Amino acid sequence: MADEHIQILEFEKPLAELKKKIEELKVYAREKNLNVDAEVKPLEERAGKMRDEIYKNLNSWQIVQIMRHVKRPKTLDYVALMIDDFQELHGDRSFADDKAMVGGIGKIDGISVMIIGLQKGKDTKENLMRNFGMSQPEGYRKALRLMKYAEKFNMPVLTFIDTSGAYPGIEGEERGVAEAIARNLMEMSRLKVPIIVSVIGEGGSGGALGVGVGDRVLMLKYATYSVISFEGCATILWKDATKAAEAARILKPTAKDLFELKVIDEIIDEPLEGAHKDYEYTANNLKTAIVKYLKVLVKIPLNRLLEERYKKFRNMGIYERVEQQAQTAKEEADNA
Amino acid sequence: MAAWFHRPKYTIVRKTTERSETKIPEGMWVKCEKCDSILLKKELDDNLSVCPKCGLHSRITAKKRIEILTDEGSFVPMFEDVRSVDFLGFPQYKEKLESSIKKTNMTDSVLAGTAKINSMDIALAVTDFFFMGGSLGSAMGERITALIELAIRENLPVIIISASGGGARMHEGIMSLMQMAKISAGLGKLADKGLPFVSVMTDPTGGGVTASFAMLGDLNIAEPEAFIMFAGPRVIEGTIKQKLPAGFQRAEFLQEHGMIDYIVVRKDMKNAIHQSLSTMLNKEKYAGRA
Ligand SMILES: [Zn+2]
Repeated sequence: MADEHIQILEFEKPLAELKKKIEELKVYAREKNLNVDAEVKPLEERAGKMRDEIYKNLNSWQIVQIMRHVKRPKTLDYVALMIDDFQELHGDRSFADDKAMVGGIGKIDGISVMIIGLQKGKDTKENLMRNFGMSQPEGYRKALRLMKYAEKFNMPVLTFIDTSGAYPGIEGEERGVAEAIARNLMEMSRLKVPIIVSVIGEGGSGGALGVGVGDRVLMLKYATYSVISFEGCATILWKDATKAAEAARILKPTAKDLFELKVIDEIIDEPLEGAHKDYEYTANNLKTAIVKYLKVLVKIPLNRLLEERYKKFRNMGIYERVEQQAQTAKEEADNA
Repeated sequence: MAAWFHRPKYTIVRKTTERSETKIPEGMWVKCEKCDSILLKKELDDNLSVCPKCGLHSRITAKKRIEILTDEGSFVPMFEDVRSVDFLGFPQYKEKLESSIKKTNMTDSVLAGTAKINSMDIALAVTDFFFMGGSLGSAMGERITALIELAIRENLPVIIISASGGGARMHEGIMSLMQMAKISAGLGKLADKGLPFVSVMTDPTGGGVTASFAMLGDLNIAEPEAFIMFAGPRVIEGTIKQKLPAGFQRAEFLQEHGMIDYIVVRKDMKNAIHQSLSTMLNKEKYAGRA
């Protein structure tokens, strides 16, 4: 990747400017044969400090911006870096091949696996082909076909989540996108092979969850996962999509938030400035975690595996229990 | 939205009506949103809130639904101790919960429990559009899942009636999304046990409710003209920049596209469900697997 094409995020600009100044100073010094070490050293120290301060205190909205970085690695980038002998498999055998949902067989650390993932593009051309990572019903049905395939051949399933949601269109409603997602939720909850879910970028509501039920759910440090888009939430709350940053804070969509809410099992580390800075480093971390969990999961007897998967999702939810007696007394008082 | 009777404010009645001379108290008359007929409220209530002129099925509360669908006095409410919490500090969630509790006299957006339909024991959950749009949060997720587990223990068929326009309750963030997986997993267990699940979609059923339990019935049933969707029509219009076809996302559209088994009018719903379940659970059938 050519560095000059890398998008600089708003909050990174002061740092980028300082770095540029240092570079200019160095170039100038080289040209004029001057020694500027004394001048450069404090500037570099300042840049280092600035970098640490920015990235150690990222707020939700800054994380969303990193997650949306144009060069952020996508499902097939991880497949290329993690999976041996990958063979892509196409189609739902019923209607079409949805290019926003990719799938195929391969090996990870010697273990045969089925890979299923939502696929965004990195430029306009790719995004048009991938429908911006927004799947149609046939995408979810292709995913289900591949899961059943994996079950037949006893291959664990690895899913990768990166979508703003299922595509909202006429055809999706006609072909039952809701049914397709619902079916996957139920079938994934009882699929007779281990499933490891990785949220690598955008986890957008039901369209993400449609391949998101598994024995372990991993999430990259700068990925997000939310029931509603931040812009959509801001529009509902304040009739103002530009307040998305505030919505992102409230919805608690970051990996750290979801880990605290016990919705995910592990946060996978990324380079300080985001996965786009080092694909190999990120893929390697993700692979290490997946292989670690796979080795545990393949040894668990099927009945226990399914029971634990059921309990994992069954136990999700935050509610309170009011004391029944007090409640009955209150009802009686109300009725009196 | 079309299928909706406004809280009546009418004191003026059409001149052709005999009673136009007399003073009519507010709330006695309602206007049908579909055919504009002015109807006596009592006449509408007696007809199960279905317009006697055009057949529009207007929205009813979960309590009313249970009255219509189950044997009198047979419903035993359960899991009422499970209540929603504003754990995100989400704007206005607390206020919305409090006002909904006051308005509906319910403790959350679903009633769940056991009941009888023509003497047949069932597990029943009914969501209520008038309680925060019938949205799916942790409390609904827990109540419905607990009900499914009870049905599995006690060998009961499960019926869930949806009136949930908003789908997942965004006020509970990611946790509301996870309720879709939680309930669907419960339905998977029910299916493993060979017990029937009947999903009844009423006006409106949308988003995360449609994309989880509502679409997973062994029987997917709907009321006429019920608005049933995944994405809202405005979201779709905004995305594709074109007008939506007439009848889009109505029950008849869904049946036409293969998503529901049959449409049945409100007054026949009870007998239709009972008849289908009786056929499914009839002992006189192929016994090869047992
Ligand atoms: Zn009418």
